[in-house]
Amino acid sequence: MNNKRKSLSIMRLLALLLSLAMVAAACGGSDDAGGGSVAESDTDLTFAIVAPSASDDLAFTQSMVDAVKALGIEPQITDGTFVVEEAASAIRGYADDGVNVVIAHGTQYGASLAEIAPDFPDTTFIWGTATDTQGLDNVFAYYPEANEGGYVNGVMAAALTNSGVIGVVGPVEAGDAVAYVNGFAKGAEAGGAEVNITYTGSFGDVALASEAAQAHLTNNADVLTGSAQMVVGAVTVATGEGVPWFGTQANQTPMGPDVVVASQVYHWEVVLEQMIEEIEGGTLGGKAYAVTLENGGLEIEYNDGFDLPDDVKAKAEETIAGIIDGSIDAGV
Amino acid sequence: MRKLVAGAIPLLAALVAFLIGALMLVAIGASPWEGLKALVDGAFGDTNALAVTAVKATPLLLVGAGITIAFRASVINIGGEGQIVAGALLSTMVALLVPDLPAILLVPLVLIAGLIGGGIAGAIPGALKAYASVNEILSTIMLNLVMVQLMNYLLRGPLIDPLEVEAGTRIPQTERLSDNAALPTLIEGTRLHLGVVIALLAAVAAYVLLWRTPLGFRLRAVGHSPEAAKAAGIKVKQSTTAALAISGSLGGLAGAILVFGSEGQRMVTDGSSAGFTGSAGFNGIVAALFGGLHPLWTIPSSFLFGGLLTGATNLQRVLQVPAALAVALNGIVVVFVVSSGRVRERLEQFTSKRAELNAALKDGDS
Amino acid sequence: MSEFLTLTVIMATIASGIRLATPYLIAALGETVGQRSGVLNLGVDGVMQLSAFFAYWTVLETQNLILGVLAALAVGLIMGLIYAVVTVSFHATQGISGIGIFLFGLGFSDLMFQRQVGTPRPIKQLQEYGIPFLSDIPQVGPALFEHNLLTYAAFLMVPIVAWVMRSTTFGMNVRAVGENPQAADSLGVSVARTRYAAILIGNTMAAIAGAALVLQLGIFQPNLTQGLGFIAIALVYFGAWRPVGVMGGALLYGLVNATVLQWKAQGIIPRSASDIAAMAPAVLTIIALVVLAGRVRPPSALTRPFTRH
Repeated sequence: MNNKRKSLSIMRLLALLLSLAMVAAACGGSDDAGGGSVAESDTDLTFAIVAPSASDDLAFTQSMVDAVKALGIEPQITDGTFVVEEAASAIRGYADDGVNVVIAHGTQYGASLAEIAPDFPDTTFIWGTATDTQGLDNVFAYYPEANEGGYVNGVMAAALTNSGVIGVVGPVEAGDAVAYVNGFAKGAEAGGAEVNITYTGSFGDVALASEAAQAHLTNNADVLTGSAQMVVGAVTVATGEGVPWFGTQANQTPMGPDVVVASQVYHWEVVLEQMIEEIEGGTLGGKAYAVTLENGGLEIEYNDGFDLPDDVKAKAEETIAGIIDGSIDAGV
Repeated sequence: MRKLVAGAIPLLAALVAFLIGALMLVAIGASPWEGLKALVDGAFGDTNALAVTAVKATPLLLVGAGITIAFRASVINIGGEGQIVAGALLSTMVALLVPDLPAILLVPLVLIAGLIGGGIAGAIPGALKAYASVNEILSTIMLNLVMVQLMNYLLRGPLIDPLEVEAGTRIPQTERLSDNAALPTLIEGTRLHLGVVIALLAAVAAYVLLWRTPLGFRLRAVGHSPEAAKAAGIKVKQSTTAALAISGSLGGLAGAILVFGSEGQRMVTDGSSAGFTGSAGFNGIVAALFGGLHPLWTIPSSFLFGGLLTGATNLQRVLQVPAALAVALNGIVVVFVVSSGRVRERLEQFTSKRAELNAALKDGDS
Repeated sequence: MSEFLTLTVIMATIASGIRLATPYLIAALGETVGQRSGVLNLGVDGVMQLSAFFAYWTVLETQNLILGVLAALAVGLIMGLIYAVVTVSFHATQGISGIGIFLFGLGFSDLMFQRQVGTPRPIKQLQEYGIPFLSDIPQVGPALFEHNLLTYAAFLMVPIVAWVMRSTTFGMNVRAVGENPQAADSLGVSVARTRYAAILIGNTMAAIAGAALVLQLGIFQPNLTQGLGFIAIALVYFGAWRPVGVMGGALLYGLVNATVLQWKAQGIIPRSASDIAAMAPAVLTIIALVVLAGRVRPPSALTRPFTRH
């Protein structure tokens, strides 16, 4: 009996030590995060970002964090707040702290913004993706014409496929995933390819995305694309099978260095710069901005590690030019 | 004296948990003292913080009160997430259907719709358990998944804001719902709304239902011993179904309150239920268990948990630490506090027949 | 479409269903052992997230899959010890402490990923091995007999766990402490020690499930499991605490998911109905249980801490 007690208390001690060891593991090597050299900023405005997913998600949230940093500004960040309530209290908190510009990087924050913005007339709120400012004169809105880059990717995909079938892995048929996917389908179909689209029903289920990609391959697809965070699963399938992949939202080359052909990347800094100019000129909001191929806010970034035939690349550039001068309609 | 020591144990446990949290803060280069200050300030610092905490606690309390009812009838309800969504969807549809009703009618109507929506989502696993012997843990977990997809389907299809279709942005959200359905704010300048009071009343009602009504007696009798209840002429199957239906309806009410009180008059999805509920369906279970599965004790316990959640948001903002840290910290706090004796004793007092059997066995042994 | 192609599609779907079922199966088998000893562990998902991260991180740093699995095992043992101390020694309420473990796993794996890795980078995946002769059977072979080692291990564990639970002293002890700990105790079976062992087995298997998931996918991102662990717990109830039943549940769930994805890729399910179709695995699992279920009773002492008097 005594022995049993003893061995139990030793186990307790052991467990405590182990849990501490795990915490210690979290500490180790933590210095490589954050920091990094940042260019001098040429504006005195202070920035904060409130965003729904992690700031290094290699997708939606990271695109904004990178954009602000590209302007040489070190923003304060509250990420991972899809729940509107939490985001609202963070937005209000930053405004209370006297931050000049609060970026509410999520469409779903609109209703809260309508309540908060009037309370802080000297603060600018930047909200997206959204196509209007809800009539608030201290709110700027922004959105991507994601169908444009989708169209360009689609044209390239159609040129690369041998089987003539292209597979698309999407999350839920909603939001800018739809714009990208529909633009892609239009471009690929213009190039004569058949496009099969799967919406898995989840933004996060990597395993489902992976099997959805497999299902496309079973059905003869030999080029793949997709949108939202869970596509990482599909990219690894593409890598495993050596099938070309097209990315969107951020440069996805690190996920599949051998198979990513090109990614449509959002450069919000293009419109942020215009907004900053307005703010410094005394206008705190009231306008909506789109990032497009034309204003450079959308860019097709090619992966040097993928051997893209010159004629396909030329076709892509031609398409970009066509969309910019209006001779090609990527609208869906 | 012994009581005092026993009472101090959960506090000690919480202290150890926060110590580990502090270690984690140090590890990522933030000051733990500032962290604690931000946490407490954010949760209870001023009127506004208290209001936000109360608002955050509201769905936890409703779900928690529902959990206590189900538990008394010996039913485990893990379907809070789905029931919240169901209530929110039905109340949203009502507000879309009759937006022009005066507030005095529309507010009660959307709340009732929430109750019904959640009640249906609860009655299904209840009936499956009662009449088809399908374990409710399985069916409630599965129904959570079903409700998420139903929400996605409705919000990107039939219920989508027409403006989203027009603009081509297709965000899966409803239009801004009628202001006549909005729960009135109680203290101007804060986010404290009527839903908080409703949740408090619901918790009291759950108490009254369980211990002051014939239905409550039946539920407890079934929870205590289905065989004995049956012998006493109680309809066991109906009671089991009713327990889960009532439990679910409180979750559904929470859903309606989220839409028309806490989350700015519209429903929006990120494809997961947590995106809408903030995981209140799970956190409510924790709050109920902390409250010793007693509806009235669930009130302070939900408030504390709400405080932990709002405090964590502030901690994240002030110290610029990732949200994930707050989630991990919550987990540690839960594990440590629940390990402490006092909470355990409370729970043991309340648990059903088998505890008494054990006690009887003990008496026989010694 | 030719018949040949149809058979190919069916077989590919089955292979896909088996891959999807693997992590559910491993985690649910482990949870079965734990529950048979009277301990409910709602923390399975958290343990999977943690082990998936540590397996991923290890492989990312060392390129060594075996080390990755070992890292996951270590996580499983540590989390198992913590959970055993908390629930068996400290008598903590199992439901609530399990949720605590889940939250910790979800948050801590996310935090570690953000601090240590940042952006998702691909790692070496588990290789698929054909079983000699069997994998040469046309069509059927590749679908059933060409999988990675953890998948084979998962299905091998079904008879092993069944045998251990039914025929070994340890298995009988586990069932005894799960049904009537007082009686077991009076017969000289250590309730605490048996439950410690069962919990450790359960958590290590959850950890292997996490490793199987991440090493099959070859990439990690926060909240990788998306509640997979909770579904695994539901499958334990589906299987009525019997390994073969649990396997049936996991296969049903995986195959329905795979079929839905296949039909979506072929356009058989229209896009407008994609969310409705995504409900299928959950709905069919419930329906299957309605049709199949007799009255099955959970282990009597499930969730009940044991105090010796």
